[in-house]
Amino acid sequence: MIESVNNWLEGLSPTQSLLLFTSIKAVACFAIMMTMVAYTVVLERRLCAWIQDRIGPNRVGPFGLLQPAADGIKAFFKEEMTPAHVRKVLFTLAPMIALIPAILNLAVIPFGSNLGGQKMVLADLNVGILYTFGIVSLGVYSIVLAGYASNSKFPFLGGIRSTAQMISYEIAMGMSVIPIFLYVGSLNLSDVITAQTGTQLGFLPNWFVFQTPMTFLAFCIFLVASFAETNRTPFDLPEAEQELAGGYNIEYSSIKFAMFFMGEYAAMILVSAIMVTLFFGGWTLPWFGLDQAATTLLGGLLHIGIFLGKVFLFLVLFVWIRWMWPRFRYDQLMDLGWRRFIPVALANILITAIWLWWQSGK
Amino acid sequence: MATDILFYVLAALTLIFGALVVANPFSRNPVTSAMFLVLTIISMAGLFVLLHAFFLAAVQVLVYAGAVMVLFLFVIMLLDLKEEERRKIKLMGLVAGLISVGAIVAIFVRSLLATNPGKDLAEPKAVGDTATLGKMLFTNYLLPFEIVSILLLVAMVGVILLSKKDLK
Repeated sequence: MIESVNNWLEGLSPTQSLLLFTSIKAVACFAIMMTMVAYTVVLERRLCAWIQDRIGPNRVGPFGLLQPAADGIKAFFKEEMTPAHVRKVLFTLAPMIALIPAILNLAVIPFGSNLGGQKMVLADLNVGILYTFGIVSLGVYSIVLAGYASNSKFPFLGGIRSTAQMISYEIAMGMSVIPIFLYVGSLNLSDVITAQTGTQLGFLPNWFVFQTPMTFLAFCIFLVASFAETNRTPFDLPEAEQELAGGYNIEYSSIKFAMFFMGEYAAMILVSAIMVTLFFGGWTLPWFGLDQAATTLLGGLLHIGIFLGKVFLFLVLFVWIRWMWPRFRYDQLMDLGWRRFIPVALANILITAIWLWWQSGK
Repeated sequence: MATDILFYVLAALTLIFGALVVANPFSRNPVTSAMFLVLTIISMAGLFVLLHAFFLAAVQVLVYAGAVMVLFLFVIMLLDLKEEERRKIKLMGLVAGLISVGAIVAIFVRSLLATNPGKDLAEPKAVGDTATLGKMLFTNYLLPFEIVSILLLVAMVGVILLSKKDLK
């Protein structure tokens, strides 16, 4: 049985096997992403319950683990209302656009080293990070269009707020990562991971977050900007319940509302994955030789596990912060973005460039 | 060839979306036009990918689709534009339009006939990578690059000057 499959695989032309393995990887990535979205929602609800000294959803299945299924069935079977005053096409399009960017971006994230001779990245682009930012920047359309197409006050205000917020923080986010690429000398995300192998001072992982003060500063700016980009507390102004009654998603119901919800969590997972790749060594761990590409099947699976574990820690951080921090005021948000982060990020680029030039002169 | 098919598909999409930006038979809503412009830009980025210009494709999506068009939408929403009404076509406008379109078509046809397109082309080299582009920008094209930067700086200073309420 296995032999005949092996024979069939070896008989394929390079194009055919590339197509086959890429589609398998794409489907697997998508499935893992969607499962993670579902369970991040459960994680959020359980963690927030613990933080607030409640129990949280624990009735569906063991420990409430089947809660996502219940939520999904509920979302599908609820009556879908399309208010009469909306612009129908854009109104339907907006929730779909909410999910697309995060899924498209999975393509360039290296989520493992090797698994049976296959590189665990869908597309090893030489402009990986630019692709990521390009697609992330399209995510703002879902909220803008939802706000506009809903054709009523609060969604519109939410949409306008989010447009300004997301394009402001995109600049800070994009500029904060430039020092990393000055160090690496390549925009390819796999090269970024290779540059973070090994240890320094004998025990500290050689990850960019620990390498130099400049890259640590880059991480801090990126972390805050990623909260603003995913519309999470303390920057969840587009959906501020107290002021906007829910913001851009008021007019939505049923599965369309659920898609905005899933889009938010997918974006969180994606941003966590990017942070893990850029600043926390991706699938590597500096101990037991886990920072070299895997040669065995078990090693490959272990690398994928390490990557998912790191992403999970970031998701916990996202949830934790949401239930610990109050929301920023809108003027504070803009002030922080434009007058603090952008100048600091620019200075960081300059200092890193001068430092690298200084070192290279030796 | 898969690349050829992709080229024709993307080129057709670019043209169709481009036409829908200016003359959409279903909707005369400015936001719809702006969204079709986004689609035009994205399919054009696909054409850049076919030319191995990955950097250009990524920057095209990042800057134009992601930033400039969002600003367009922002302005359209804030200006509260109504659906554009069907304007009467004036004779002068019609003549001027036809003459300019005719002139552009003539230029294209003449240059296409003169250059024998698609034949005797040099083998395309993969020059799309970022390092090559950066080296070219800072060696061969340094002066134009710096002039463009100063142009942007001038625009920025102008905006700050205009938006300042009281000049001291």
